[in-house]
Amino acid sequence: MAYPYVSDLEVRVISKYFGDPAHRRIDTYVERGGYKALEKALALEPDGVTDEIKASGLRGRGGAGFPTGIKWSFMPKEPTRPHYLLCNADESEPGTFKDRELMRWDPHQLIEGCLIGAYAIRAQHVYIYSRGEFFEVNQILARAVEDAYAKGYAGEDILGTGTTIDITVHQGAGAYICGEETGLMSSLEGDRGEPRVKPPFPAAVGVFGMPSTINNVETLATVPHIVLNGGEWYRQWGTEKSPGTKLFCVSGHVRKPGNYELPLGFPLIDLIENVCGGIRDGNRLKAVIPGGSSVPLINAEDARNCELDYEGCVEVGTMLGCASVIVMDHKADIVKQIRRMVDFYAHESCGQCTPCREGSAWTARILRRIEKGQGTEEDLDTLMEMTEQMVGTTICVLSDSIAAPVQSSINKFRDDYLELIRRGDQAGAA
Amino acid sequence: MAELVTLTIDGQEVSVPRGTTILEAAKKIGKQVPHYCYHPGMSSPAMCRLCLVEVEGAPKSMPSCVTAVMEDQIVHTESKQAVGNRAGVLEFYLVNHPLDCPICDMSGECDLQDYVHAEGRAHGRSEEPKRVFGRDDFGGDVLFYGDRCVMCTRCVRFMNEVEQDERLTVVERGNRSVIDTFFEEGLEGTHWHGNIVDICPVGALVSKEFLYKARAWDLEHTPSICPSCSQGCNIELHTRDNLIQRIKPRENLEVNGWWMCDYGRHNHEWMNRGIRLEDPSVRTLDGAAGPMKWRDALEQLLQHVGVMGEGRVKAVATPFASNEDLGTLAELVGALGGGDMVYRSVRVEEEVVLKGFPTLARRKDLAPNTNGAELIGFTRVGDDQAAGGLEDIAKYDGIVIIMGDELSDQAEDFGREAGLFVYLGDQQSPAASNAHFVFPLTTFAEQEGSFTNIARRVQRFSPALEPSGMARPAWLILGALAAELNNGDAPRSAADAFSGLARRVEAFAGLTYQDIGIRGAVVNETYVLSES
Repeated sequence: MAYPYVSDLEVRVISKYFGDPAHRRIDTYVERGGYKALEKALALEPDGVTDEIKASGLRGRGGAGFPTGIKWSFMPKEPTRPHYLLCNADESEPGTFKDRELMRWDPHQLIEGCLIGAYAIRAQHVYIYSRGEFFEVNQILARAVEDAYAKGYAGEDILGTGTTIDITVHQGAGAYICGEETGLMSSLEGDRGEPRVKPPFPAAVGVFGMPSTINNVETLATVPHIVLNGGEWYRQWGTEKSPGTKLFCVSGHVRKPGNYELPLGFPLIDLIENVCGGIRDGNRLKAVIPGGSSVPLINAEDARNCELDYEGCVEVGTMLGCASVIVMDHKADIVKQIRRMVDFYAHESCGQCTPCREGSAWTARILRRIEKGQGTEEDLDTLMEMTEQMVGTTICVLSDSIAAPVQSSINKFRDDYLELIRRGDQAGAA
Repeated sequence: MAELVTLTIDGQEVSVPRGTTILEAAKKIGKQVPHYCYHPGMSSPAMCRLCLVEVEGAPKSMPSCVTAVMEDQIVHTESKQAVGNRAGVLEFYLVNHPLDCPICDMSGECDLQDYVHAEGRAHGRSEEPKRVFGRDDFGGDVLFYGDRCVMCTRCVRFMNEVEQDERLTVVERGNRSVIDTFFEEGLEGTHWHGNIVDICPVGALVSKEFLYKARAWDLEHTPSICPSCSQGCNIELHTRDNLIQRIKPRENLEVNGWWMCDYGRHNHEWMNRGIRLEDPSVRTLDGAAGPMKWRDALEQLLQHVGVMGEGRVKAVATPFASNEDLGTLAELVGALGGGDMVYRSVRVEEEVVLKGFPTLARRKDLAPNTNGAELIGFTRVGDDQAAGGLEDIAKYDGIVIIMGDELSDQAEDFGREAGLFVYLGDQQSPAASNAHFVFPLTTFAEQEGSFTNIARRVQRFSPALEPSGMARPAWLILGALAAELNNGDAPRSAADAFSGLARRVEAFAGLTYQDIGIRGAVVNETYVLSES
């Protein structure tokens, strides 16, 4: 079965074998050069591995874009306590579906990346925290881990080098907040998935109180390729500050939605027009959310000037996030879309911090009222003011993620709101 | 001594040990940063977001409850940013709060009321319908009003970290989060759960016993010492209409931290007992007893001392009596030529330790002043139910003085043979029917005094109630008698009585009411060391 949507413009490094079920088998994976990177890494010093990743400039693919090599270097160099590597596979940002595909089609690529990462940070245990809803994916992953143990790539004395690294696949119960790094740790420990105050940072006090590093699936899946081919090789793609390739999850009103691996810095409009076949039904582009539901949305004009890398997105007032591009055409009801997103966040807020707990549900209620035609212009001011109060005032950034779509939509698409408010006024007058 | 860090808070320099939080440092210069989830006796989740302050150079506001001070840090707790944040957070709190202050038990001592009044918006902007949880019985003495809850989780953390008996948790998430119990029994059977009502900053957790009894602003607060065991928890008696309405713990890190046990908290009905001894009465030689004025009664007693009392005195006191009462009784016994002084007290088998604050326990010894009695020279007789042990005294033909012991296990012929039988107490006792003199005493809640606790710490309590009838503290009555016999000065105050004690009993030497203050002071060092 060929992967449904591909494009000639893609550079397929980590998605090369998407659509090929044979690649899930460890034999096929090894035949095609798999676990060579692990072998190479184990021959180096852990810091040598980290240096290679630093050289590549690889940035965290979970959304924040923090340089991976630097993150690894925060871990203590002389372990006095157990270290842990956590792989964040709790992919649940609305609009994102890349990690699922990486695990479904190429589980060993991730496992190899995890093993290399663990070696680099001197961890002997990797937890892959996966979403409970990924039922099929989790079965594939569990099978792959079993095979890796059987072939001696994981567990004790890996490849006769004396290195021990265990891998545990843990299934979450489907809470968005468990994808937040410290929320994930709480959940893994068996508590409610509630984010923790930083500092202390995970590299000092992480899961089970031990030094921990947490990386996204896509980040770790990229690691074997960098180790095998070198950091400089990876820099042939992308920009100076955002090197390499990235999976873009395109959804919404395009002809060919799907996962596309492209070099960073790729123009957003090319992605929509050339890779995804343009807007459906010949409609006009209205808005794009380029990085998953928690980044500000941009209008068509900004979208035409947006380059898809960490810096390019900031230039047009949004963020690359996890590169989940949600495209909306001129028939999209912006207020409804935003309300649905806020509903999602109100449902997923863990409830610890007051601004998020109360603000998320309040925002959702106001938006629902506006949607029904019962809003007023003052509501928009209230929304702007109260969401401002939700930025930077909480333990994690879920609260900020509510403010971003609400504020950006009111700023860029105020007319859509006013239209609903006016329509309601007329209905009331009649 | 930890290294000191100097920082500036609202323009004022303050030096605190490294590791101190900004919130605690601000307390040092008298600045209370508003907060809900932070409590000094528990972990800090930093989730209420009310204590955010502006720290110069920090990218965003910092939670002062968990942010450690740094050298040369400049903190603003009253800047536009900090005040604006509080106003914003307070508005969020009121989105779903029912504002049912008129029927809320917490009204008048509620942190939400206070903070909103001080810094909140005059009118909330939320027009949306409020989320409703209703009321839940948590078992034990606790009712839960979910709608009023501010989700600070102090109660959950108290049960998990301090009592260490996990009975409460947060269920659901987002603004559907609510505190709940795991099973039907809830808090039933736990021994310290009354504290969660104290630490609840709003009216979400209320005491069933106190429910609708009084408004906070009608209550008088009197500092006192819990009389229900030898721990000597520092407490406040809250009174209205000359009745104890409730007992709350008073912070003292040396004794009870911020906590007290449920047994002590609810053991106050006896202080409000209406049926009391109210007048001194004297049984004349023909056997008839009748009320009499204090002056006349005491004069008669002094006359009788020479005639009726021969030989050594036998005195029975209660370890519920204060150091002053016991000390004055000992002085009187001395003035009468000396004698045996005993006490009886209840001891239970189990200590109930507060696991998260292990120096605090509901002690086996259920009397507050056993150590005081021992140091003053009383010895324990009888069994662990405070019964028996008085066989000699019941038939003794010399002077018998009973102070505070209600003799409930004794027969009605107790003291029939006595040459002089003086009974002092707050309750009538059938076994005192042979007493020649019956003197009404105030309870501990009606008088000033001090107890010596299990760690030999002397702690003062103050009168919270008006005395019943003509009841007087024992030190006043006995002190007057002793002064007459000794040709000395009668104590004019509890402080006087204590100074007398400090002069006569070495363990108390050097202590004064002023030294003891409101935090208490440990008795003479040698007596602490010789404890074992």
